[in-house]
Amino acid sequence: MNSILSQVGIDNYIFLAVILFCIGVFGVLYRRNAIIVFMSIEIMLNAVNLLFVAFSTYHQDAQGQVFVFFSMAVAAAEVAVGLAILVSVFRNLGSIDVANLKNLKG
Amino acid sequence: MSTVLILFYFLAAITLATAFLTIYSRNPIHSAIYLVICFFSIAGHYLLLNSQFLAIVHIIVYSGAIMILFLFTIMLMNLNKEDEVHKPRIKRFGAIIVFCSLCAILVTIFFNSKPVSDISDSTGEDYQSIKALGKVMLDGESGYMIPFEFVSILLLVAMIGTVLLSKKEKLEK
Repeated sequence: MNSILSQVGIDNYIFLAVILFCIGVFGVLYRRNAIIVFMSIEIMLNAVNLLFVAFSTYHQDAQGQVFVFFSMAVAAAEVAVGLAILVSVFRNLGSIDVANLKNLKG
Repeated sequence: MSTVLILFYFLAAITLATAFLTIYSRNPIHSAIYLVICFFSIAGHYLLLNSQFLAIVHIIVYSGAIMILFLFTIMLMNLNKEDEVHKPRIKRFGAIIVFCSLCAILVTIFFNSKPVSDISDSTGEDYQSIKALGKVMLDGESGYMIPFEFVSILLLVAMIGTVLLSKKEKLEK
């Protein structure tokens, strides 16, 4: 049952999740398109979920997987609300370039 | 090298490459397609870790629902053209520096840390079938039943908020 972690090792999963998370951070910093920024946030959430599942298998405990279930629900709600905000931003400004969103600047 | 290790490296390569291409490609539709491949490979990781329930839920929620939302939004805004202006060069350079240093720092930290306990022998206990997960999730006293109910409230609130946000405002008389 636990043969996968004895063959692959928890280290490999940690490094994979860390690099995936860093790619997400890079996307948030690098792109100006707000939709791509949202996709990068999804990549970061997925990196954390992957690590949750890996450690759940490592400790042979189901609670990590329950947490992943909750974080998936929160991510779904976040994406729905965020994309609705983006649609209304696009209606008002005509673009979703994050550099244009500075009307609240004092 | 065992078969499982080769499979892991193959899936990890697909995951990292498509995640990078999501950010790198200029066309938002291509980004969405690459993100779908990335999500499917992460579901493959879940299957490799023998958690079937999460793999199925991941495919349904992420590759299904969330990506449909993304694609509809992209089509609604008619963004499938490559006319995005780049950030100023200094900001892009800064982003690359932050990416490299964050990667280096985190990988070094985890490379130097040792796991607390070595992998314990498998007890053969079933802990990640749907039955076992449901017992942990919906158990009243020691489980996560109250957070589960709150998640349903959160989804309801998110649905109402989305409808309110994306509704066109009526002209005031």
